[in-house]
Amino acid sequence: MLLVMFGAFIGSFGAVFLKSGAAHLRKGWQYLVISQEAPYFNWRLASGVVLFLVSSYFFVLGIRPPGELSVLYPMVSLGYIFTLLWSRIFFKEPLTRVKFFGLFLIVAGVFFVGLGSK
Amino acid sequence: MSVAVTDSTQISEKPARRQQVGLVFCCTILGAAAQILMKTGANHMANGGVLGMATNLPLMGGYCLYGISTLLLVLALKDGELSLLYPVIALTYVWVTVLSFLIFHDDVNPWKLLGIVLIVSGVAVLGKGGRR
Repeated sequence: MLLVMFGAFIGSFGAVFLKSGAAHLRKGWQYLVISQEAPYFNWRLASGVVLFLVSSYFFVLGIRPPGELSVLYPMVSLGYIFTLLWSRIFFKEPLTRVKFFGLFLIVAGVFFVGLGSK
Repeated sequence: MSVAVTDSTQISEKPARRQQVGLVFCCTILGAAAQILMKTGANHMANGGVLGMATNLPLMGGYCLYGISTLLLVLALKDGELSLLYPVIALTYVWVTVLSFLIFHDDVNPWKLLGIVLIVSGVAVLGKGGRR
């Protein structure tokens, strides 16, 4: 459980780096680490991917038997809440009621899917 | 050489958001397939060693699919809002629940169905009116 929660926390930062890297793609070649032809390799995107890999390593450790794939979901949905927070802090994205409502429905949904999996 | 990123999120229109949510939608289908493969791989795994993971074919296939789905996510995030698009990834749970039923024969009960309905409506809410 804790492993998966930690994985979700790391993964939410992975999303932050992906977003930040993706936003820089539009600015052109000066942010690319490797080459102009492979625009996906800037360090922000690379960090995001590495963080996702690290987080999925923890997921895999968490879902090894006797862990069950679906019971661990509620922990992962914490990642969405973290990410909402980081979106606000790092990208100054507006947090609208609609977003909170949608997120609430999704987190509740993930909770029930987890509940139904016991 | 300005470092400032233009705030495209303010000017993008509804059709653009549809497209972004659609991209993330595809990304969740790939992600679900990736998770099923990773679960299959995890079932065959004796210990948590990195070498054991690297030689585990289903697990690595899962990572590849994750990679492709991440590329789609990056494309969507390029012009989209993280706070709007990231929760849409929860659709993965919907596909995984369905696929788990089909492949691992996990049971489906009212709680899971309720969860699926809630997730889908949450995504619908975000897709339709994520902006002020």
